[in-house]
Amino acid sequence: MMKKSRRSFLKVAGIAAIGLGAAPAMNFAASGSNGTALAVKSKNENVLFAHRWGMVIDTNKITDEVVENIVAACHKAHNVPDFNHKVDEEKFPGTRPVNHKQEVKWIWEEHFQYAFPDKEDEFLAEKFHDLPFLVTCNHCKNAPCVKACPTQATFKREDGIVLMDFHRCIGCRFCMAACPYGARSFNFRDPRPFVEEINPDFPTRSKGVVEKCNLCAERLAKGEQPHCVEASEGAILVGDLEDPESEVRALLNENYTIRRKQSLGTEPSVYYVM
Amino acid sequence: MNKNYIITGLVIFVLTVLSPFWFNMITTTQAAPEPELVGKAKTEKKCVLGKYEMRANHMSLLDEWRDSVVRNADRMYTAANGNSFNMSLSTGENSCLGCHEDKAKFCDSCHTYASVNPYCWECHTNPKEIK
Repeated sequence: MMKKSRRSFLKVAGIAAIGLGAAPAMNFAASGSNGTALAVKSKNENVLFAHRWGMVIDTNKITDEVVENIVAACHKAHNVPDFNHKVDEEKFPGTRPVNHKQEVKWIWEEHFQYAFPDKEDEFLAEKFHDLPFLVTCNHCKNAPCVKACPTQATFKREDGIVLMDFHRCIGCRFCMAACPYGARSFNFRDPRPFVEEINPDFPTRSKGVVEKCNLCAERLAKGEQPHCVEASEGAILVGDLEDPESEVRALLNENYTIRRKQSLGTEPSVYYVM
Repeated sequence: MNKNYIITGLVIFVLTVLSPFWFNMITTTQAAPEPELVGKAKTEKKCVLGKYEMRANHMSLLDEWRDSVVRNADRMYTAANGNSFNMSLSTGENSCLGCHEDKAKFCDSCHTYASVNPYCWECHTNPKEIK
């Protein structure tokens, strides 16, 4: 057997270690130059853009029928569960009975005194007590839900939409406590058994995730108007609040409008024409 | 004199430590499944990345896509090879499932074999599964 000195052994071992480490290091260096690095991510060509998306709801044009159509269109398109829907026992065997306090909603009808509690005057015009008011996420400029979210699952997009990344939501519900408009709902259970007909173009949610209106971000990306606008027969308009030339700004200029609980300083982006 | 004991002990030790591998070698006959290309995916011959890169890195690619779509509203992906795709798992012709039509053969066969349970399909839907 060859006699090895400690010195020569260490030399060989050192060179061997460098050799072993070389392959991964080369791979790492090479990985930057191919594959995903050269790819380009871009928006669709027909994308609708705004500096700050906002909504104007003309309360004079909102009837019970319009409200029904709008809510149905929105909830159907976004796979929002309806807990009054009868569960298909074959597909979802052993579904627990429903607790009707746990509803999920993106846009819904509200009475004036609940939608605008600070504007309920002593001798308010009587028509306001019966009129249906549509309420949804206000996509606030200073959104308290965004500040409350510990995982940045709720965030403010550069075009003003307060959006949720359902992947990141851990279900802590801080955002629900922070939102002064009750615009957020929590999935206490798997919503799928309660979606009448699943729309394959939009995901459902899973148990333990908060959800709310996304101002149809998936439609604006394709150059289409939100579902509520399409179903509203002209009662709802969505556009750029920061563009003085926009249709919504023209409407705001011509009419007296109010916003929900604006004394809280959240700067809601949903206006109501009175 | 102790040499025999030590060698026998070592052999037994190595055998015991490697027992899960022996066990698997003897009991498992199933080879790793190949993801099967059917329909459009078979004829198109264009994907986002090469076959091996895709195999190794599809999960990080999907992660990147998800952030891009949700956070930056960038939905078009023009890959380094010049092909462009709609960054989506399951919506439309130009998404993953739009081309790889059979989820069971394309996603599930490997995931089941490798015992990984991605939670994609808790929310995303396979359009073919909705009747």
